[in-house]
Amino acid sequence: MLRFVIKRLLTAIPTLWAVLTTVFILVRVVPGDPTIAILGDQASEAARAELRDKLGLAKPILAQYVDFMSQIVQGDLGRSLSTNRPITDDVLAVLPYTIELTLASLLVGTVIGVPLGVLAAEKRDGFADWFARLFSLAGVSFPAFVSGILLLIAFAVELRWFPVISTSKPGDPWGRFVALVLPSLNLGLLMVAYVTRVTRSGMLKALGEDYVRTARAKGLPHRIVVWRHAFRNVLVPVVTVVGLYLGVLIGNAVLTEIVFNRPGIGKLIVTALNQRDYSLLQGLMVVSAFAIVVANILTDLTYGLVDPRVKTS
Amino acid sequence: MSTEPAATAPLSVEGLTTSILVGTTWYDAVRDISFHVRPKETLALVGESGCGKSLTALSVMGLLPPAAVRVTSGRIVVDGVDMTAADEPTREAMRGDRIGMIFQEPMTSLNPVLPIGFQVGEALMRHRGFTRRQARERARELLELVRVPAAAERLDAYPHQFSGGMRQRVMIALALACGPRVLIADEPTTALDVTIQAQVLALMADLQEKEGLALLLITHNLGVVASVADRVMVMYGGDVVESGPVHAFFARPTHPYSEALLAAMPRIEGDLPLQPIPGQVPSLTEMPVGCRFQTRCPIRDERCAVLPPMTTVAGDPDHRVRCWARVEA
Repeated sequence: MLRFVIKRLLTAIPTLWAVLTTVFILVRVVPGDPTIAILGDQASEAARAELRDKLGLAKPILAQYVDFMSQIVQGDLGRSLSTNRPITDDVLAVLPYTIELTLASLLVGTVIGVPLGVLAAEKRDGFADWFARLFSLAGVSFPAFVSGILLLIAFAVELRWFPVISTSKPGDPWGRFVALVLPSLNLGLLMVAYVTRVTRSGMLKALGEDYVRTARAKGLPHRIVVWRHAFRNVLVPVVTVVGLYLGVLIGNAVLTEIVFNRPGIGKLIVTALNQRDYSLLQGLMVVSAFAIVVANILTDLTYGLVDPRVKTS
Repeated sequence: MSTEPAATAPLSVEGLTTSILVGTTWYDAVRDISFHVRPKETLALVGESGCGKSLTALSVMGLLPPAAVRVTSGRIVVDGVDMTAADEPTREAMRGDRIGMIFQEPMTSLNPVLPIGFQVGEALMRHRGFTRRQARERARELLELVRVPAAAERLDAYPHQFSGGMRQRVMIALALACGPRVLIADEPTTALDVTIQAQVLALMADLQEKEGLALLLITHNLGVVASVADRVMVMYGGDVVESGPVHAFFARPTHPYSEALLAAMPRIEGDLPLQPIPGQVPSLTEMPVGCRFQTRCPIRDERCAVLPPMTTVAGDPDHRVRCWARVEA
């Protein structure tokens, strides 16, 4: 198992390198001169040259690349063009909010999606199955910002169970939890759609397998046959969809944070876009890409836990 | 052969009919079959694919797919318990405890994500209240019993680390874990290499002798029947067409289908060409009324429109056949 973990971690290095290089190139090929963006189009040529020098943009491209990489390896994402604060500090200040939203949504998505999928497969064409299929269809059809607004109207504006603005005061863990409920339900319920579909189809296949018949032939109770023998084999596709969905969650978190007015990476991205803060945007792209690579590593490591065939092959 | 009466045999089946739902109509896929298996005895159930052999086995185990297949009449008694009258918890308690089953496909019949030792010992935890550790210890003994080499080290191995023959040994250990009185083996060697087939059959015969098992062996291989069975029962289209002691059957195959099966068997001596049985088994929805073999039978006549009764062959009360042309005066 340890060798498997080390091997997987090593393969992440070239991926990260490729991602960082792509971010570096992307930021430099987008049209528009950052000095004009910062100083405005009335700025003098001398002022722009001075700024270009200060930002390191006057150096040859290869030297810029080396600077960029060595800074990132040290955890330094540079300084924001608009506020001149270190980007790493800004990101770390809001990152916990985005992480807590992503994890809470993941929890909602799996805790509801998995049992619903199993139930739908067990009672194929029954009420649970019908409900699960309808729910899945609705879930994959709704964009996060539409469902978010609907949730706000129903539970915050009409029923007044939750705050409309999900910003909490520091030092108020209960308030922070309450503020988390609606946004994570919004993301989680969309995820339920995918998790339910994958679980249902995996379970339908697994319940027809020979080893399930063997388990029944042992006289095992239905519950154990379903969960220990069939569902254990469905963990691989479920982990896959959850892992893939982690990327979608990070993307949808942006929309959800805006709809619910929550602090987080998403709101920071919008700020960066509005202010044409290229260096902040570059830093956020690095952070997001890094998050997705980490999510993929975690997914692969989980494979090793749930499927004995992965480790040994 | 033991003289124990059929009623107290570990497995006795009377008038079993199992039906399959096709569209909105139930069709009888197994019709009114009766048999019993005594301790240490091997009854071979023979016939081509789709004749109802496996369906009979699954009916006995109570493992029929609930919506589309069901036992419509008859009685199945396992170790004194009437399985047809019992509720599901009772049948569940019987399965894996007093009746075990081995399946055809050793490659897919073991759970790929659970360790071998756990799978073998699981029934003991279920039926005997063993702890995980006790079950593991007993699983090691069982794997040794079925001659899996280095059993102790392989308890934590997974099925993909075993060969087909070894997996079938594991399946046998799994089925025998609680010391059942009845073992059903559904084509246990069909998926294995010929040399491994012989080893597995010898192992089963050996264990049967040691444990006093009643063995219902399902096969389409008459070579296997000749080497391990005590009695044989030939099925065609859901009907038993001939049954009897294995020696009497091979000495005097009487039903035209049995004759055809034996003629279709490859032989080394002589230079007779293989004789395939002409035509194919009619589908369940197109079975003829009366004798179901009549569409392929070389000696059919007008009497075949009515299902013939089972009658004795050569005055031997144990050897019986279902054919109008073979009814003895």
